[in-house]
Amino acid sequence: MIRLENVTKKFPGMKAPAVKGLNMEVKEGDVCVLVGPSGCGKTTTMKMINRIHEPTSGAIYINGEDALKMNPIKLRLDIGYVIQEIGLFPHMTIEENVATVPNEKKWPKDKISKKVDEMMTLVGLDPKVYRKRYPSALSGGQRQRVGVARAMVSDPPIMLMDEPFGAVDPITRARLQNEFLRIQERMGKTIVFVTHDIDEAIKMGDTIAVMRDGCLVQHATPSDLLSAPADEFVASLVGRNRSIKRLHLVRIREILQEVDRAKPATVDMPLDELKKRLEDSDIRSVMVVDRDNKLKGIIGVDDLKKKTGEVAADYIQDITESVTSDATLNDALSVMLECGEGYVAIVNEDDQYEGTITLGDLLNVVKEDG
Amino acid sequence: MFRNLWKWIIIPLLLVTVGIVIVIYTVNNPTDSLVARVLTYSNVLRALSEHMSLMLVSMFGAILVGGLVGILLSRPELYYLGRGVENIVNIGQTIPSLAILALFYTILGLGFRVAVFALFLYSILPILRNTFAGITSVDTSVIESAKGMGMSPFRILAKIELPIAYPIIIAGIRTAVVINVGAATLATFIGGGGFGDLIVTGLSVRRDMVIFTGAGLAALTAIILDYIIGQVEQRLVRWS
Ligand SMILES: Nc1ncnc2c1ncn2[C@@H]1O[C@H](COP(=O)(O)OP(=O)(O)OP(=O)(O)O)[C@@H](O)[C@H]1O
Ligand SMILES: [Mg+2]
Repeated sequence: MIRLENVTKKFPGMKAPAVKGLNMEVKEGDVCVLVGPSGCGKTTTMKMINRIHEPTSGAIYINGEDALKMNPIKLRLDIGYVIQEIGLFPHMTIEENVATVPNEKKWPKDKISKKVDEMMTLVGLDPKVYRKRYPSALSGGQRQRVGVARAMVSDPPIMLMDEPFGAVDPITRARLQNEFLRIQERMGKTIVFVTHDIDEAIKMGDTIAVMRDGCLVQHATPSDLLSAPADEFVASLVGRNRSIKRLHLVRIREILQEVDRAKPATVDMPLDELKKRLEDSDIRSVMVVDRDNKLKGIIGVDDLKKKTGEVAADYIQDITESVTSDATLNDALSVMLECGEGYVAIVNEDDQYEGTITLGDLLNVVKEDG
Repeated sequence: MFRNLWKWIIIPLLLVTVGIVIVIYTVNNPTDSLVARVLTYSNVLRALSEHMSLMLVSMFGAILVGGLVGILLSRPELYYLGRGVENIVNIGQTIPSLAILALFYTILGLGFRVAVFALFLYSILPILRNTFAGITSVDTSVIESAKGMGMSPFRILAKIELPIAYPIIIAGIRTAVVINVGAATLATFIGGGGFGDLIVTGLSVRRDMVIFTGAGLAALTAIILDYIIGQVEQRLVRWS
């Protein structure tokens, strides 16, 4: 748990304080996202928590203990820190970079090595390929992921993350966000997360703290923020299409049980049965799976006319995109728009078919909430 | 593997061999009896060992003092002082080495120690400047992330700042060594010995062969040291 009480930070030589009388509490196991325009004091707030900056006045408590009285080095060893500028050590390999904190904590060598592999795989960097590389041989997005791996490697109970996914493309970003949320669900760390991107804030945050000119404007759950923005500023920040933004808040698996859709066909299903399945389907197509329930492709009503054959396998078409059930409805919407289809297939991590959702399902969710 | 052998052993050995050949040739083929009396193995060896002692002792002190002062000045609390010192150092560097020697002669008198002291002061400058510049050029975000991960200031210096600055520091040492070996030829004027003895003797008895031997060996020494330190430098920047 992190509590800021009346925290003010004024940099020497600056007229206005960068952070003014901030009161905020982040509950244990919560992700608190700081959003706000550039220069509003997000980074400064974060850096006061691990005492990179000392507050000019006010108090900070971490798990009830006065952080300003703690040994800063001990404090920081238990707070994972991803800085905005990434700050990898240029003279160390990726492996050595990731192993920084375990080395400081003097873990045994084999434990470090195992954990480094694990973390690199987690952030999507193949250890075999990247272990021995230097940061200069990585792309901006890859460096950022190393930064995240480095901060998480020793499993700190608290994490401070300053725009950790700022430099990765939207698709990788969505993947990292989902990965992050999956880990977070298991680990339940207390996280302060800075971003410029209100969509990211809505998706990632248990709570969102909106800042402006060094002040906290509103601190609420994403849902409350969307339905009751405190003032014009917050309203304009979350944007006008607020009900669409709700799609960020709902995971696909939460609505998957409720949708009632035709069962998938199997590859060896005879033609008659396949036709019946297609008639039952509200999207004029059925998904096709193999014996292990792995998604193989799709058959549309029109495909039956174009080809001939005895079983489903003869008519099957490739399927270009699918999403996993822990993605948000907004991710599903993106894929639908990208592929120009009104539906998308949902699979689990092993590519096993879990269901299909349609644009109509998404609209229902937006309507219900609105 | 072969490249390493070549770079670290064969090339330096070749350069040393060139020096040995010069010495053997000139000692065995004196142009006249005067040259023969000056260019003996013992004279050349003495000049070599004096030159090396001048260089090694003064460089050792200069690396120690220049490095430490450079590190100290790079601490945040002393940063502005460091900037000032950097400027003074740059001005100091423009004073000719002969003038420095003359200055110390008037203050401290003659002898090997005075020469070492003058060379020491003269060699501190590039080392101090490069140590300071190398450490302060380390990206602040790198330092901050190290700090944020719980590294103590000392650990940050030893594990982050110095290793990143090494190439620049070594470049400073390299400059200092080359200057040092060159300036050490002037030590003869205040009785410091070295290859300068050969050159000055050669000048006074007007024998080119003696001058060339002294000057050639001094130059070769500078080339060899410059080469070796250059190799070390290259090894240290694997990462960029
Ligand atoms: N070390 C510093 N010295 C002086 N002023 C600073 C320092 N760090 C930040 N500031 C000032 O404090 C204010 C808040 O900066 P901060 O970095 O917290 O903004 P931010 O919300 O993180 O912005 P961004 O989204 O662009 O990262 C800015 O006006 C900035 O210029
Ligand atoms: Mg910032």
